Amino acid sequence: MSETSEAPAEQRDAGEALLAVENLRKTFGGIVAVDDASFSVERGTITGLIGPNGAGKSTTFDCITGVYTPDAGTVTFDGEEITGRSPPAIADRGLVRTFQIAREFPEMTVLENVLLAPKDQLGESLWRSVAPIARREVVEQEEELVEQAWETLEFFEIDHLAREYAGTLSGGQRKLLELARALQTEPSMLLLDEPMAGVNPSLEKKLLERVHDLQERGYTFLIVEHDMDVIMNHCERVIVMHQGSVLAEGEPAAIKEDERVIEAYLGGEN
Amino acid sequence: MSEHGDSRPQWVTDALLIGGALLATYAVFTVFGLVLGLDVNGIVSTLQRVTFFAAVYALLALALNLHWGYTGLFNIGVAGFMAVGVYAMGLLSSAEQGFGLPLWIGVVGGMIAAALVGLLAALPALRLRADYFAIVTLGLSEIIRRALLSSSLREFEIGGQSLGTGGGSGIGFPATEGVVDYVLYAGAERGGDPALLGSLLFPLAETVGIQPSVVRSSVYTALLVVFVIAFYLVLSRIGASPFGRVLKGIREDEVAARSLGKHTNTAKIKVFMLGCALMGLAGMLWQGSRGTVTPSQFMPIVTFYVFVALIVGGSGSNAGSIVGGLVFAAALWEGPPFVRRIIRANMDVSTPTTIYDALLPLADLDVLPLVGYLVGSLDEIRFMIVGIVLVVLMLWRPDGLLGHRKEIAAATDLSRPSRRAGREGVEEGGDP
Repeated sequence: MSETSEAPAEQRDAGEALLAVENLRKTFGGIVAVDDASFSVERGTITGLIGPNGAGKSTTFDCITGVYTPDAGTVTFDGEEITGRSPPAIADRGLVRTFQIAREFPEMTVLENVLLAPKDQLGESLWRSVAPIARREVVEQEEELVEQAWETLEFFEIDHLAREYAGTLSGGQRKLLELARALQTEPSMLLLDEPMAGVNPSLEKKLLERVHDLQERGYTFLIVEHDMDVIMNHCERVIVMHQGSVLAEGEPAAIKEDERVIEAYLGGEN
Repeated sequence: MSEHGDSRPQWVTDALLIGGALLATYAVFTVFGLVLGLDVNGIVSTLQRVTFFAAVYALLALALNLHWGYTGLFNIGVAGFMAVGVYAMGLLSSAEQGFGLPLWIGVVGGMIAAALVGLLAALPALRLRADYFAIVTLGLSEIIRRALLSSSLREFEIGGQSLGTGGGSGIGFPATEGVVDYVLYAGAERGGDPALLGSLLFPLAETVGIQPSVVRSSVYTALLVVFVIAFYLVLSRIGASPFGRVLKGIREDEVAARSLGKHTNTAKIKVFMLGCALMGLAGMLWQGSRGTVTPSQFMPIVTFYVFVALIVGGSGSNAGSIVGGLVFAAALWEGPPFVRRIIRANMDVSTPTTIYDALLPLADLDVLPLVGYLVGSLDEIRFMIVGIVLVVLMLWRPDGLLGHRKEIAAATDLSRPSRRAGREGVEEGGDP
């Protein structure tokens, strides 16, 4: 296992933008899902991305991670423009996401799910997985990966489910598995799309603890979430989207007071 | 947490299972043969034929399992890739209609050609969803068959060398079955003096009354079984590796696999080409064994049979693919005609020409005309049996006999490492 010194935040100034989105635009036919959205996420922070349903949050995630190619605008990650690159290329750079509806690999065991994720696996080359001598290296690396996978499962306290098929897990456990799997890729930043949806309160508390643990190790988070308590209590910065654009950006306390935000989004609640 | 105590490796379990199924099949067919009053030669010949078809369907089902069972690539153009393999081999090794190169060059060339056609199909089809991918492969397989039938390819010239697919009358080439002559006859001439294995086998066979031609076919069938084992070993290795894990990831949820940084397009192309090459090889070993093929041997129904074999055995399981090939060949293909022969030999049944004539005597509790009718139209009814077996199987065991896709994709033992004590290792070194 790597030490925390490998995490990227240690060597760099906090406050620098790790992810910058500029004038992002995505339309589907006549519908403008993301309309000229610009925001940035500082290194080492937990940033919340909120907005009413249909505000364009998930589409923004899809554009950032390459699932969709934006119609206009740029996405810059760690000083490099990644606009329109393929999802695996972006994940290779260290920007990894989870999905609003957990996308576990249902007919693979939890352990297999977690083992799939690590980068640079020698055995992912076809000839190495078959050739007699080359396979030895694969097996050696595989032993390390298995150990690492068990540690991660223990960290998320789902190690007792290691041999279950992922499809049999509860909604909350799937969310944990997805986060565990994403971490196995050794990313520098995680985009979490509604990580608390369908997670019971005790599991939610656990998940948030994990997120804070990871933040201390230097990870950066951008989290889409509907639960205002989570956003207000756990995020350092909040970005509010409304009708495809960024409505406001700032600290939770300031966002809470922002008239436009209250009108667009929180109005019904207060 | 209970650790699994799988003491036996997967391949031992698989070997026992497949061996058992094979022995059971042999026992049934031997009994059939005895009932029919076949001699030793007839029974051995029967078992050889069952094994031959079991082996070729196992080879094809294994290759298809790599596409469909492991990667979720819905390839319904199996027959087309077989055709490419066989015809490429024919064009390379045929003396009259091709370059007249040695057979092994033809076999290697056939596999390469099938892989390249696979690449051709995979490149545009990669972006397509599974169902559209299926249509592309089916279309391609029919295009290949029609092209082989076309008169413009019947005879053509490349660099002064006259080649040709022969259109509907097909192409002739050195039979792949001929390779066994190298170990059976001196000078590799069939019917010549026995050599090597031949001098051992022929006298042995003669004492129990088995003819040399049956010995020859049996040796070739044994070679096919060796190929089945080789396919199994290679594909199991691929399955039990990080590459196999990526394939499973593609099958389960490609978007998720890509978002984890897996370059799924490359993996799909590689695996599709490999599977096509194996289908080409299986085609050469099967359809190429007689030394002549026509395009009519590569109808889409062949693809369907391979799918039946795979589904019966259980997609996602290599052992299941082999068992599926055996069940298909024995129970659905070779078995019914035997039953017919037994019925005809032992019962005095007429063969009514219509179902009406067959059903009417039932009123008098006379079932024989119905039996006779069923037996008489067995070639058609066989397809109904295949359908019924599939329906029953889907109700009773939707994952096939050995399915459940439970072969774990990892190159090593997955037990929790025991060297770490307590949980402090987790807190200190648990970061990714």
